[in-house]
Amino acid sequence: MMRFMPPDNANPAVFVAHGLTKVYRMGEVEVHALRGIDLTLYRGELVVLLGPSGSGKSTLLNILGGLDAPTGGEVRYLDHMLTGATETELTRFRREHVGFVFQFYNLIPSLTARENVAAVTEIAAAPMRPEDALALVGLGNRLDHFPAQLSGGEQQRVAIARAVAKNPAVLLCDEPTGALDSATGVVVLEVLEKVNRELGTLTVLITHNAGIADMADRVIRLSDGRIADIHANAAKKAAHELSW
Amino acid sequence: MRALDRKLFRDVWHLRGQVLAIAAVIMGGVATMVMSLSTYESLTITRDRFYSEFRFAEVFVSLKRAPEPVAERLAALPGVERVETRVRAGVKLEVAGFSDPITGLLLSLPDQGEPLLNALHLRRGRMVQPWSADEVVLSDTFADAHGFQPGDTLAAIINGKRKQLTVVGVAVSPEYVYQIAPGSMFPDFKRYGVLWMGRNALAAAYDMEGAFNQVSLTLARGAIEQDVIDRVDAVLGTYGSTGAYGRSDQFSNRFLSEELKQLQTTATVFPAIFLGVAAFLLNVVLSRLIALQRDQIAILKAFGYPYLAIGVHYVKLVLLMTVLGVAGGVALGAWFGQGLSNVYMETTFRFPYLDYRLNAGVILVALGISAFAAVSGTLFSVARAVRLPPAEGMRPEMPEAYRATLVERIGLQRWFSAPTRMILRHIERRPLKSLLTVLGIACACGLMMVGNYQKGAIDFMVDVQFRQGAREDLALAFIEPTSGRALHELAALPGVDFVEGFRDVPAILRFRQYHHRAALFGIQPEGQLHRSLDSNLQPVAVPPGGVVLTDHLANEILHVKPGDLLTVEVLEGRRPVLQVPVLGITKQFLGVSAYMQKESLNALMREGNTVSGAYLAVTPGMETELYAKLHERPRVLGMVANKAAIQSFYATIGEFILFYNLVATLLAGAIGFGVVYNSARIALSERGRELASLRVLGFTRGEIAYILLGELALLTLAAIPVGFVVGVGLVGVLVVAFQNELYRLPLILTPENYAMGAAVVIVSALLSALLLWLRLGRLDLVAVLKTRE
Repeated sequence: MMRFMPPDNANPAVFVAHGLTKVYRMGEVEVHALRGIDLTLYRGELVVLLGPSGSGKSTLLNILGGLDAPTGGEVRYLDHMLTGATETELTRFRREHVGFVFQFYNLIPSLTARENVAAVTEIAAAPMRPEDALALVGLGNRLDHFPAQLSGGEQQRVAIARAVAKNPAVLLCDEPTGALDSATGVVVLEVLEKVNRELGTLTVLITHNAGIADMADRVIRLSDGRIADIHANAAKKAAHELSW
Repeated sequence: MRALDRKLFRDVWHLRGQVLAIAAVIMGGVATMVMSLSTYESLTITRDRFYSEFRFAEVFVSLKRAPEPVAERLAALPGVERVETRVRAGVKLEVAGFSDPITGLLLSLPDQGEPLLNALHLRRGRMVQPWSADEVVLSDTFADAHGFQPGDTLAAIINGKRKQLTVVGVAVSPEYVYQIAPGSMFPDFKRYGVLWMGRNALAAAYDMEGAFNQVSLTLARGAIEQDVIDRVDAVLGTYGSTGAYGRSDQFSNRFLSEELKQLQTTATVFPAIFLGVAAFLLNVVLSRLIALQRDQIAILKAFGYPYLAIGVHYVKLVLLMTVLGVAGGVALGAWFGQGLSNVYMETTFRFPYLDYRLNAGVILVALGISAFAAVSGTLFSVARAVRLPPAEGMRPEMPEAYRATLVERIGLQRWFSAPTRMILRHIERRPLKSLLTVLGIACACGLMMVGNYQKGAIDFMVDVQFRQGAREDLALAFIEPTSGRALHELAALPGVDFVEGFRDVPAILRFRQYHHRAALFGIQPEGQLHRSLDSNLQPVAVPPGGVVLTDHLANEILHVKPGDLLTVEVLEGRRPVLQVPVLGITKQFLGVSAYMQKESLNALMREGNTVSGAYLAVTPGMETELYAKLHERPRVLGMVANKAAIQSFYATIGEFILFYNLVATLLAGAIGFGVVYNSARIALSERGRELASLRVLGFTRGEIAYILLGELALLTLAAIPVGFVVGVGLVGVLVVAFQNELYRLPLILTPENYAMGAAVVIVSALLSALLLWLRLGRLDLVAVLKTRE
């Protein structure tokens, strides 16, 4: 069995993907979303997946998050093989190890901020207190507000609190600032940066906004289902320095 | 086809599950309406045709005996059109191989020519030959029950003399569409028959030569029935008339009218429930559809479609569902209607033919009412869709505002997990919708209870009547009032355990403007067999010196209270008119009666210890022997054996009960499933995204199913007790609507009724839950990451 060792040996690999392909059938047309991806992601990294629409970045994120299965190749999460896992195993994987942040927040409108977080911590093995998770994202004073009473940026921060409250090994964010103006977007990115720094959670962030790439440890560019380029940011910027 | 119409059909296809569920509810309403109205119409048309073709008389009167020339005086009365006299005789019948007592009614047919009135429709065989001595035509119910064919023979005891009769034909008569022995509560085709024979032969056997004891007549155009009745009574009073009466008091016709009245009730009460539920469902589904399509509506308006065109588009959608439901309902209703008409024809009413009609008017009424219910149920949503400004429509909807529920605000929230709170808040956020959902499901439960109600009610009625009130095994009537000493002879017969005499006297009871023809029933106050019951159904002794009336007779017919003086016109003997105090009210579900102490009645009639008949308790196993002995006694006219009557009654109504149970189950199931499935589908559509998000976050299918189905389960469970209340209410409506002189249904619901009501709701909910569970497996988790609502 192959083992991918991290470059500096300090951070172990969280995800190891090998020869990933994904083919969708859209009616009569075959869409090659991924055409052979080899990739290793390490603990504590903040990785930005950059690429235009249709480049395959969302498909890759979905496969890493256990929401989709590749057509070919394999993905390993720590010592679990994700490819070929059953629906039940994938649900458990998401429940125990993955935090998701969505573009449109997807909060439960009938639950308060605290309860949105609690919904996840109630089913997690070793979660934070919902109040702590909300304090982490700077919403310690908005605990009992319903989504309808929160701004878009606040809703997204609740979503981040909800994602990290279970202490996941990996945080997957799909265009987390896509629905926000740039000032609010920066606040959300600051929170993600803080979570990554303080909790050491591997954070994968999808965007087609190149300006965000500067805050990453590594930037992976996808184009037409292939990795076009991976580069490590020698001097990564803090989120508050970003603008677009 | 225009683009908007194409969208209409795509939407319908997309929503097909819900469209079908709504159509099913509309179908239920239309089916009950079409079934009842078409059966009502068919029976009415058939009845009217039969009555007119076979010259059903309009006024009837029985008397002791009048010489034939009296008929001419009747014919000469103003307002009388045609008169026909007959001889009628109550007889005992003997059928080979059948040992139970059979009573019969022999009616004369003219020896020359067709009957002027009450003609017979021959089913098979032929009419009696003129002047034949022993030929009879049988009523078809009796003939069919015993398998009589032309050429078979039976014997009749006419006036104490045994006469061999030959069956030559089998017929139905407009006078006996509904056949029941006098003094019986139920039709019993095996133990009661109507027979017709030549006038000459019957008069000879019954000592009625040159005389008659029954008259039928028709009214001249414009004549007032009551005036004619008064004139006839004036002429026949001295001949022992028991009073003339019109068609409304003619037993068969009256029963038929009651039954038709009930069909009309069925045609209004039940469709109203169904269509109300359907209107609610359409409202819910359309509100949701419009919420989902608000951006499409905005775009259409941005393109320049006028408001009206968009409004019409959605109204068309509603009408399409309505038309589907109505079409299905008409088909199902016609099928039910034919079924019901056939059940009537086989078990209750004997018409020579059944003219089953489903006329276009009924269909149009069904369509009109359904469309009205459906469109009015959705108008609000449609109006809102049309009013929405285009720019607003294209923006996403704001997250819906929720708040903590009442149970949480009072401090119970720590007991609830987040998913449970979601359920509670979702229910509380739209209390009206939740309430209507509960009511809709409750209607299914209630309808099911109504469908099953009759069986328990009839059991109860029979139990009260025969195990509390009329506990005798055998009731027998003497040919004429007889000395009380006859009871000792009866008591001495083998197999007779106990004898109670009774005296019954035909009379007209009057109070203010109200009157009723009934028998005054003199019973023994300390009677063990025949007892009157108080409002708690406990036996009470009839007090001396006055009458005790059945509640229905006192309250609904005569409007008297205990303490009032009732005028009693006795129609027997010296025909006294008496003032008798009402002493009490007795509870009775079948028939109406006026009870007195036998001795008080004897005193009023200024007679000694006189009886008209007797109630007997019979040693089990001795029945056949006793029947044979009684049969030989010339003074015993007729006998009714309770046990046999009850059995035959159950055999008759069994088919009705099965039919109604089938219909009720189908319809209640349609409503239950329609409401539960639609609610659940709407909930899934509203919350699919929420649930998919939770799935992405690691919730299992079971955990999100809890959130979705938990709400459904909670509403369903809440609906069951409400449904019980609805069921009791509906049964109450039926009890009030269906009460008549012949019977009053008791408001009795058995545990089985409740269980069936709950079962139909639970099964519908489980079925909906199963379909939803399958859908939850197909939630698109990936789409949730990318799309907004």
